[in-house]
Amino acid sequence: MLSRPAALPLLPARRERRLLPVRSQGAARASLRLRSPRARGQRGGLPVTATTIQPDGTLRVEPPPGVPLVDLRGVSKRFVKHVDLAGKIANAFGAGVREEVVHAVDRVSLAIAPGEVVGLVGESGCGKSTLGRVAVGLLEPSAGERRWRGTRVDALPAAERREAQLAMQMIFQDPYASLNPRMRVVDIVGEAPVVHGMIGARQQIEYVGLQLNRVGLDPTLMRRFPHQFSGGQRARIGIARALAVKPEFLVCDESVAALDVSIQAQVLNLFMDLRTALNLTYLFISHDLGVVRHISDRVVIMYLGRVVESGASEALFRAPAHPYTQALLAGVGSVEPVKRTFVPVQGEIPSPLDPPTGCHFHPRCPHAMPRCREAAPSLVAVEPGREVACWLTEGR
Amino acid sequence: MRGNLLLAVDGLRTHFFTRAGVVKAVDDVSFKLNRGEVLGLVGESGSGKSITGYSIMGLVDPPGRIVGGSIRLSGRELVGLPQEAMRALRGNRVAMIFQDPMMTLNPVMRIDRQMTEAILAHADAGEAAARARARDALVAVGIPSPDERLAAYPHQFSGGMRQRVAIAIALLNRPDLIIADEPTTALDVTIQGQILYEMQKLTRDSGASLIWITHDLSVVAGLADRIAVMYAGRIVEQGSCADVLAAPAHPYTQGLLDSVPSRNPRGARLRQIPGMAPSLMALPEGCAFRDRCPRAGRACAIAPEMEAVGAAEAGRAVRCHHPLVPHTVEDA
Repeated sequence: MLSRPAALPLLPARRERRLLPVRSQGAARASLRLRSPRARGQRGGLPVTATTIQPDGTLRVEPPPGVPLVDLRGVSKRFVKHVDLAGKIANAFGAGVREEVVHAVDRVSLAIAPGEVVGLVGESGCGKSTLGRVAVGLLEPSAGERRWRGTRVDALPAAERREAQLAMQMIFQDPYASLNPRMRVVDIVGEAPVVHGMIGARQQIEYVGLQLNRVGLDPTLMRRFPHQFSGGQRARIGIARALAVKPEFLVCDESVAALDVSIQAQVLNLFMDLRTALNLTYLFISHDLGVVRHISDRVVIMYLGRVVESGASEALFRAPAHPYTQALLAGVGSVEPVKRTFVPVQGEIPSPLDPPTGCHFHPRCPHAMPRCREAAPSLVAVEPGREVACWLTEGR
Repeated sequence: MRGNLLLAVDGLRTHFFTRAGVVKAVDDVSFKLNRGEVLGLVGESGSGKSITGYSIMGLVDPPGRIVGGSIRLSGRELVGLPQEAMRALRGNRVAMIFQDPMMTLNPVMRIDRQMTEAILAHADAGEAAARARARDALVAVGIPSPDERLAAYPHQFSGGMRQRVAIAIALLNRPDLIIADEPTTALDVTIQGQILYEMQKLTRDSGASLIWITHDLSVVAGLADRIAVMYAGRIVEQGSCADVLAAPAHPYTQGLLDSVPSRNPRGARLRQIPGMAPSLMALPEGCAFRDRCPRAGRACAIAPEMEAVGAAEAGRAVRCHHPLVPHTVEDA
């Protein structure tokens, strides 16, 4: 039983407005908990960070003061393939089988302010999905720490940690694989809130109806199974499922990549509407720079486990500083009817099992110098809010 | 040899006879393709763009069947051609590159066998000569150390490299027509740029015509000479790439372009097309797009025909009663 009252007096006061009208006893109980005056942000005496969204259609966010909502500090994630029995036997005969270590994420720091949308960009295998999973708590970091509203998540008491965990949700890439094909929508969306005691079991149908409405799905379809929906509808079910536990922070891992252009536009609009309506914070993982540019306030570019550049979205797209960012931007197609000659970046992303020495990008970089082979440049602020890891900018 | 006709598809209908009913995947599709020309066939999933490609290749499997129309390659009718004759053409005069190279390549066969097989099936060449040609093809698509790579299995290649191998195989017999079905969709941005670069170079060098099937307008924008936009099994608009993208005539094309994030002010709501594509089994009467169309009127209850729009010499046509570019005025 997860629903201890102690775990739940936690939703901020601003959430009261969108609470559903409650009738039953169970609902009254839930409502009581949810209406508790203690807002999450005040826990531990921390100041409540002001969210500065202007709901005028634009997504301008002032640099938010105070404590970040999610703060990853020097996070690394290593996947180790240990030497198995066969390998050990082979080693006894001198085969030299070693354990394989993949540095999926290598000392990445990322602070996300409340209300902010951070775009995380990179090619497949660069560790962006792993970082997203670490951020949301699906994977434990091998090194470094993860803070929620300024407090280390692993240092939180169990009940509060669970609460923090609930406030972080993930929306997955594949709307086909991420929904249990044997469950009806009403259970897919309604299971978690019931398990966590946010609503009583008898309210589930009413509650799921509201959730579906909010993401633009017809509540009468809630008895259906996932296979009876189109790709765009499934994406919406995935969003409704994540939102059903009233999160504050969403990690969207390539959530629109599998959708057609016209459906993608609908889902992106939904993300933006929900952001203003529910005051959400996003980590938006994508390889599609057009999408990221459109929706993000800040962009972080990753290459082979490391952040190579980060900065405010507009500034970064206007003047990319890192050669890799420049290469990525050059590869972005535009729909302007201009015949163009495609100029490719050389080479491919190297294997993370055996990354290049020094700067990971040097084998593909047109500006590579001997220095790049020897030592990895660190992220250096080149202007306020803009960091680049490149010897070119560091030497400037 | 630019300017002369290579492929003429006329009134093509490919239907699938399923237990639930007849799916008109391709319904009255007509277009022409000149030698050396690149046609971008654009549409969303289920619009029939891939089935159009498969129909040309003669790769439509039951319960699907070409029920009408004609496909002429250099004047030769392909619809109803016996399997043997079709097989002689396929991989020789027409070749196809698929979206997922792992599905195209045989996982338990080395690259050299897969490539020489394609050569020896169509040409009376020796093993050594075929191997040399395979090696040259790998070089042409930019695969480093081709001699070692010939002896490798598909799983030893990365996604981008696999797609290059698939392209190399398609190009082996210097086909007149290459049909590329979203070959860059599964690839990363930088790799996509590389593949597009190779395709552009190779078609230019070999003079082959290319049909590039995609849902991504930004890919065809830089690549194609002409564009055909498909919706619910029909071509709703076609014309030169520059014309169509600069001033789309069909409201659907306009809607597609407006959905692209980079065409919208940053952070603003995207101009989306409402609703979703109709089921091919239950198409609305009249124009299939009318339920989602901002310009729909009473006339749209009757299905529009393909009609010329814009300047007469531009060769644009659109299937719409209320196009955004006026119909061509025929003067005497």
